[in-house]
Amino acid sequence: MSSLDAPSTFRHTIWVLRGNLVTAIAAAGALVLVLVALFGPALVPYDPVASDVPQALQAPSALHWAGTDQLGRDVFSRLVVAARLDLAIAISAVGISFVIGAVIGSLCGYAGGRLDRAVGRFVDVVMAFPLFVLAMAMVAALGNRVENIVIATAIINLPFYIRFARAEVNIRRNLGWVEAARACGDSHVSVVLRFLLPNVLPAMAVQVSLNLGWAILNAAGLSFIGLGVKPPTPEWGIMVAEGARFISTGRWWLVAFPGFALMLAVLCFNLLGDGLRDILDPRMRT
Amino acid sequence: MGMIGATLIRAGRRFLSSLPALFGVLVFTFLLMRVLPGDPAVFFASGPNAGKEEIEVIRRQLGLDKPVPEQLAIYLYDVGRGNLGRSMMTGQPVQKDLKERLPASLELTLTALLIALVSAVPLGVAAALRPNSLVDHGVRLFCSLGVCVPTFVSGLLLIYVFYYLLGLAPDPTGRVDIFTTLPPSRTGFLVIDFLLAGDLDGWWAAVRQLMLPAFTMALFVIAPLARITRASMLVSLGSDFVRTARSVGLSRWRIVVTYALRNAILPVITIAGIVFSTMLGANVLVEKVFSWPGVASYALDALLVSDYAPVQGFVLLMASIFVLVNLLVDVLYGIADPRATVA
Repeated sequence: MSSLDAPSTFRHTIWVLRGNLVTAIAAAGALVLVLVALFGPALVPYDPVASDVPQALQAPSALHWAGTDQLGRDVFSRLVVAARLDLAIAISAVGISFVIGAVIGSLCGYAGGRLDRAVGRFVDVVMAFPLFVLAMAMVAALGNRVENIVIATAIINLPFYIRFARAEVNIRRNLGWVEAARACGDSHVSVVLRFLLPNVLPAMAVQVSLNLGWAILNAAGLSFIGLGVKPPTPEWGIMVAEGARFISTGRWWLVAFPGFALMLAVLCFNLLGDGLRDILDPRMRT
Repeated sequence: MGMIGATLIRAGRRFLSSLPALFGVLVFTFLLMRVLPGDPAVFFASGPNAGKEEIEVIRRQLGLDKPVPEQLAIYLYDVGRGNLGRSMMTGQPVQKDLKERLPASLELTLTALLIALVSAVPLGVAAALRPNSLVDHGVRLFCSLGVCVPTFVSGLLLIYVFYYLLGLAPDPTGRVDIFTTLPPSRTGFLVIDFLLAGDLDGWWAAVRQLMLPAFTMALFVIAPLARITRASMLVSLGSDFVRTARSVGLSRWRIVVTYALRNAILPVITIAGIVFSTMLGANVLVEKVFSWPGVASYALDALLVSDYAPVQGFVLLMASIFVLVNLLVDVLYGIADPRATVA
């Protein structure tokens, strides 16, 4: 395997994806989602925040593919533009907890002792809360802003990464090649960062994908209850919240389309994560 | 006798080991309150143009002029006596508000958990009995989709279908409509109180009102429960004792339920504890969608008007319930598998 150069790695990936059709579709879906987030705002047919009151609450039509909301704004345009914010929140939250969790977790797994016990206590306390409730309380404490949704989501994710990295490093800390690195005069920090961490990362990457879907749901839930994102901004959770007022009079499109967008995004990341895990570790297949 | 004793010892030991986490939770909520924006003394003062001296007096009354560790000690003492502060929104002590509203939340959550278990376990068993069959794929598809739909979206869509389109469900706000006379409160669970009062019409109204929110919450957690049941049943069906049971000619029902399922249920119990935590969080969303008068919607209303004592009390309550549920799961685990008690 060590002779794999770049083109053959690419060909190998294609070969793997061919055998995992669902994973391939999920990967394509996630790619489309990222492209929409990057270029969507430039492509949408209508201004996502421009209201057009005479056109309010129109059902989906050829003119407005996903209908219009109570201010006559085009729901489809808002959906597309919202992808950027929703993905940005989820990716940055998961990114922060991934990086911090990997470093803290592997240091704990390697060093053990007092640091390990202190971090373990912190993790226990965080895990003793229902996580959504904790996120809610933290956004309230830190201030009702988008950055704080990211921070809160990152903190409630942190325990999983810390535990994961800690366990993976702990079982490897006394293996031959780690011993060899130490014998060559590498400092402990260098052993952790240059040798142990890279070996743990692939397994953690799977967690990232599974976690992204969860982070999207979490952030959308927070904005649904009125935390973080403020109204005229297009965001899936807040679009559902605004549409909720009209559901019992039958205006389904205001809830169904942003809900569907959320579902597709989460589904793509979840299936991708499952697929990656199966490819990396066939024993975990369920 | 020995088993019950061992289970009790195990429960006691578990409770002791969960105390540090509970203490951490207390300190954490205290710190959250300390970093909350705004000065509580200013909130409690008569108005925005209250004089500096007046605010200073209130600050002293609230004990905010004392050093932080002393404030923490006072806070712990207050919580120990069940004093969680006063809500500015309702003007009542927080513990009184929470106590009034907790039964609504528990009724919803427990019904949802029951629905989820009753549907997830048979689904998982059916899938495990015929791996890779149509049933199995159907269950898997349902599970994959179930975890992807946010509870607030599925709740609203259920309202659209069952209230607006079919007209089967009642107006999706609250526990009963405002014209119903409530039964005398014995358990606080309306479904049980109506029965005890012998009011069947009222009972039916309460059940109908409860169904949509409970199913909404259940839908979200059926997936993990069904998945773990399937995986665990597969292992148990493939083991030697099931082969032996088959070879001696026991009935299929007996093999599947008494032998395989009983041994497969342990991981399901563990996951049910985790699922319960998810549900306590999902409560916030479901109660908001259905205007359910529970503790979560109380905390949410308080949060949006910067009334922090209820939020703090709510967070503390949720964490304590979660610790208790974990303890319960542990005890159940010991009963389901006596070997776990020995270790």
